[in-house]
Amino acid sequence: MFGDYSISDLGAILAMQGFAGLILFSVYVLMALGLAIIFGQMGVINMAHGEFMILGAYVTWMTSSAVQSVAPWLFPGYFFIAMMLAFVASGALGMLVEWALIRHLYKRPLDTLLATWGLSLILQQAYRSIFGAREVGVELPEWMMGSWQATDAIQIPINGMFVMGLTILITIAVFYILFWSSWGKQVRAVVQNRVMAGAVGINTEKVDRYTFALGCGIAGIAGSAFTMIGSTGPTAGQLYIVDTFLVVVFGGAASLFGTIASAFSISQTQSTLEFFLSGSMAKVITLLTIVAILMVRPQGLFALKVRK
Amino acid sequence: MIINSRFFNRSELIGFLALAVLLFVILPLSVDIFRLNLVAKYLTYAFVGIGLVLCWGYGGILSLGQGVFFGLGGYCMAMYLKLEASSVENTKIQSTPGIPDFMDWNQITSLPFFWKPFHSFPVALMAIILVPAIFSLIIGAAMFKRRVGGVYFAIITQAIAAIMTILIVGQQGYTGGINGITDLRTLHGWDIRTDHAKYVLYFVEVVLLFGCIVAAQFIRLTKLGRILVAMREQEDRVRFSGYSVANFKIFAFCAAAVFAAIGGAMFTLEVGFMSPSFVGIVPSIEMVIYTAVGGRMSIFGAVWGALLVNFAKTSLSESFPQLWLFGLGALFIAVVLAFPNGLSGIWADHIQPRIDRLLASRRPKSTNYVADGAPAE
Amino acid sequence: MSDVSKPGLQSPLRRKLLMGMAALPAVSMLSRPSFADVPATSAVNTTGLAVTDSEVTVGILHSVTGTMAISETGSVEAEKLAIAQINAAGGVLGRKIKFIQEDGASDWPTFAEKAKKLLVNDKCAAVMGCWTSASRKAVLPVFEQYNGMLYYPTFYEGLEQSKNVIYTGQEATQQIIAGLDWVNKTKGAKSFYLLGSDYIWPRTSNKIARKHIENHLQGCKVVGEEYFPLGSTQFNSVINKIKLTKPDVIYAIIVGGSNVAFYKQLKAAGIDLSKQTLLTISVTEDEIDGIGGENIAGAYACMKYFQSLDNPNNKAFVPAFKKMWGEKTVIGDVTQAAYLGPWLWKLTVEKAQSFDIDKIAAASPGVEFKGAPEGYVRIHENHHLWSKTRVGRAKADGQYELIYETADLVEPNPFPKGYQ
Repeated sequence: MFGDYSISDLGAILAMQGFAGLILFSVYVLMALGLAIIFGQMGVINMAHGEFMILGAYVTWMTSSAVQSVAPWLFPGYFFIAMMLAFVASGALGMLVEWALIRHLYKRPLDTLLATWGLSLILQQAYRSIFGAREVGVELPEWMMGSWQATDAIQIPINGMFVMGLTILITIAVFYILFWSSWGKQVRAVVQNRVMAGAVGINTEKVDRYTFALGCGIAGIAGSAFTMIGSTGPTAGQLYIVDTFLVVVFGGAASLFGTIASAFSISQTQSTLEFFLSGSMAKVITLLTIVAILMVRPQGLFALKVRK
Repeated sequence: MIINSRFFNRSELIGFLALAVLLFVILPLSVDIFRLNLVAKYLTYAFVGIGLVLCWGYGGILSLGQGVFFGLGGYCMAMYLKLEASSVENTKIQSTPGIPDFMDWNQITSLPFFWKPFHSFPVALMAIILVPAIFSLIIGAAMFKRRVGGVYFAIITQAIAAIMTILIVGQQGYTGGINGITDLRTLHGWDIRTDHAKYVLYFVEVVLLFGCIVAAQFIRLTKLGRILVAMREQEDRVRFSGYSVANFKIFAFCAAAVFAAIGGAMFTLEVGFMSPSFVGIVPSIEMVIYTAVGGRMSIFGAVWGALLVNFAKTSLSESFPQLWLFGLGALFIAVVLAFPNGLSGIWADHIQPRIDRLLASRRPKSTNYVADGAPAE
Repeated sequence: MSDVSKPGLQSPLRRKLLMGMAALPAVSMLSRPSFADVPATSAVNTTGLAVTDSEVTVGILHSVTGTMAISETGSVEAEKLAIAQINAAGGVLGRKIKFIQEDGASDWPTFAEKAKKLLVNDKCAAVMGCWTSASRKAVLPVFEQYNGMLYYPTFYEGLEQSKNVIYTGQEATQQIIAGLDWVNKTKGAKSFYLLGSDYIWPRTSNKIARKHIENHLQGCKVVGEEYFPLGSTQFNSVINKIKLTKPDVIYAIIVGGSNVAFYKQLKAAGIDLSKQTLLTISVTEDEIDGIGGENIAGAYACMKYFQSLDNPNNKAFVPAFKKMWGEKTVIGDVTQAAYLGPWLWKLTVEKAQSFDIDKIAAASPGVEFKGAPEGYVRIHENHHLWSKTRVGRAKADGQYELIYETADLVEPNPFPKGYQ
């Protein structure tokens, strides 16, 4: 298929395709980070993760409408406000859900799956009743649309770069919180041995609640960012859930670094395959490869060595 | 009254008889054929539920991919029915007569090799059992031999369901795509769309269902069932006692797959078509939820769960289409939070003791009832 | 409202109808069928449908929950509007239309189950409903077995024709061929890149498009054809492929949420739709609402109806719709086609002077509706509609501007020779 094209054309496409892969990588990391915290650190299977993302997306949409009508001069920068609000909204909902639902189920991980599936049904219908069944279009400030002309032939989408930058920031923040802050140490202590952590004076209930809220809040930010590239509707959250879980499981559930490595390998595989094959087939082959590898190496790419 | 039956204990016997009376007598006599056909549709999920009780309730293996097996069984049946409906005279307006209509639309000019065996009814019947059994054997062997379990198994089966859907939808020339295999008419020359046929199919299905209940009960009562429970509680001890844990898990998973496939095949017959929307993630989770509502530890509970949740779904969505998702979601949360053993748990913990007490006041000595299984982990 | 119905009725019929209207209060007072102008129920309903002396029941069967609720909401609204207007104008054969709405819940067996309920339990005289091909395929055997009448609004892939269905949307050739001819002639387009969501309608439509491009357009070729799973949100790789192959036309049949992702990413990748020709048959005004007008401005769509159409019927229809469902609602091609359903049924019933399904099926060919917002339409012998094909250009405000329309009505041809 490359016979007819010049070297410079191919070079440009290669560069842009590389960026396409990186953007997909960022998208996966952003989706999976929140879940990696909730699932990997707490062992809770949150099937409503996608709905927390969509909450962030709806918050962004409402912020954009509000800013446009109240303070139009703020519009170019509204996205940052929206992301913060999305974090707060999803985090607060997460805290509520943890208090009402999840904390009763820590000893029954498979049951969290069923309960959160029920929750996702309720949230979907709530979005549908509140915002209508139709998708909403989130209007972006002018500077976030269009592309950056790197050379004559290479164009890089600005919103893609924005997502990449955001992903890097959030990843750093999460790593800082979990591995350097004293709260992060408490979280890890609770993960490793709940009883001992409680015995040395850590308020395990509070740690659980804030960890869950943090995971949901990050989902909210992800949802907010995805308004730039995807759709915002009541059922859009379901589209993400399988991919997200696979990224986390493939990376090795308890390892944040594994999540990032797995997001990288999955996104690169998929975007390369998409370029040479059709979209549907690329997806199937990627998923099959992941499942095959997981069968050979069930603990995922990077597994923490812990005693059972 | 038989109190010390070996096969069923007393409460199970009552459950068995009550279900038999309801399905064989009360429903056929009291509802019209339209509603009876709906009941038949709900009951196809009960097959999946019985399988899930075995592999999830007793074995502790949660599969979120039962839709795959339901679909495999359903598609095997649908392929046979479709070939029968696509006789040369029925399809003479096509550019290639004698092949299913959707193949003709996709420029396929001869029947693909894997469709050919489905001209024969016995082969189709065997395929309904064998295809899912072999498929689940492969998955089970690959996973359980490597000790994949719990949450990981659940998520991998979920991914398999996703792959299966994308494949079926993408290969529409061979599978009918997202529309599925529709417009099925006759089974071995017998029109399955008439009211009479619906009655017959209903009774065939109920008989099969009771066959499956008995088979599942048999598995549960043999040593195998006890090992399954032991495995769920303390897998390592069972392993150290010299049992091959993986093989027992594979067996439970395969049995569940075969039950699901029988349900799928009956679904195709009752509803008259099969489509990828029963294969994917959402239906697979819904099937688990029917079982959870009915009671993951109770074979009868699974049947009741499938019946009641689907009945609620139909009636709620008829009267409050906007609200039924709220109700359904709340139901799942309530069941998981408050009644982890589902309806059968409520029955065993709250209703049964009262009945016993009532009876005991009349009789000098009460039979001691042991609750059916401990709460899940 | 009477504006809309006026041109559609033959004058003797209309006189009859007006008399029937005048008679209505009297009928309700006497509550017995005594008026000669309201034909006796026994005469117009010989098959036990839900027709009384004052009422006739029809069904509305769409998804109001689940993933398809996004698309089907507009159709439900249009059908309810049409029914309200017909009732305000005196009903059908002097009977008010009462509707029973059922939710298909975006689930095909549920559609089949509810269709059966509407036909068997509720004895609906007609059902307006379904949206996706899969739901139609699921209910079709039900309608044929229990002899019901379905008015199906969506543009679809063709390859179907039934006595029990009236297809008020376009079949594939009506939507595709004229658009491709137009883009070839006016834009000089020679190379096409075909894209679609992975299911039967986009695949069949692209198949027809490919045959037309390769066999009927001089020197034209297809340089790529790709499908994406429904709900897919990542299109950067295919956009790069498009950049590499530089097609004259991107021919896109992407549906649902994927649409939003596709157009946003297309714009972000620097493909300017005012320079790159993109022709779609899947984006109506409804979808633009979610995509955002600024992301799709400049794209061409091939439809039979746009909300911006400038004709008297449409000028009455659009305000009536907005009055009923809110200023912000938009009206897409399918919504308009759904609006035709109840009207065509009413006209057919009046032509047949009967509610009986067989008589309606037989009377349908030739029924004309001059009050359609898209302009004059007529039912063909194959139960599809003769209608015009139009090309519109998307504007940033979310509306289409009409660029081209075929001079004559295009004949529906669900089994096109040479395109299979």
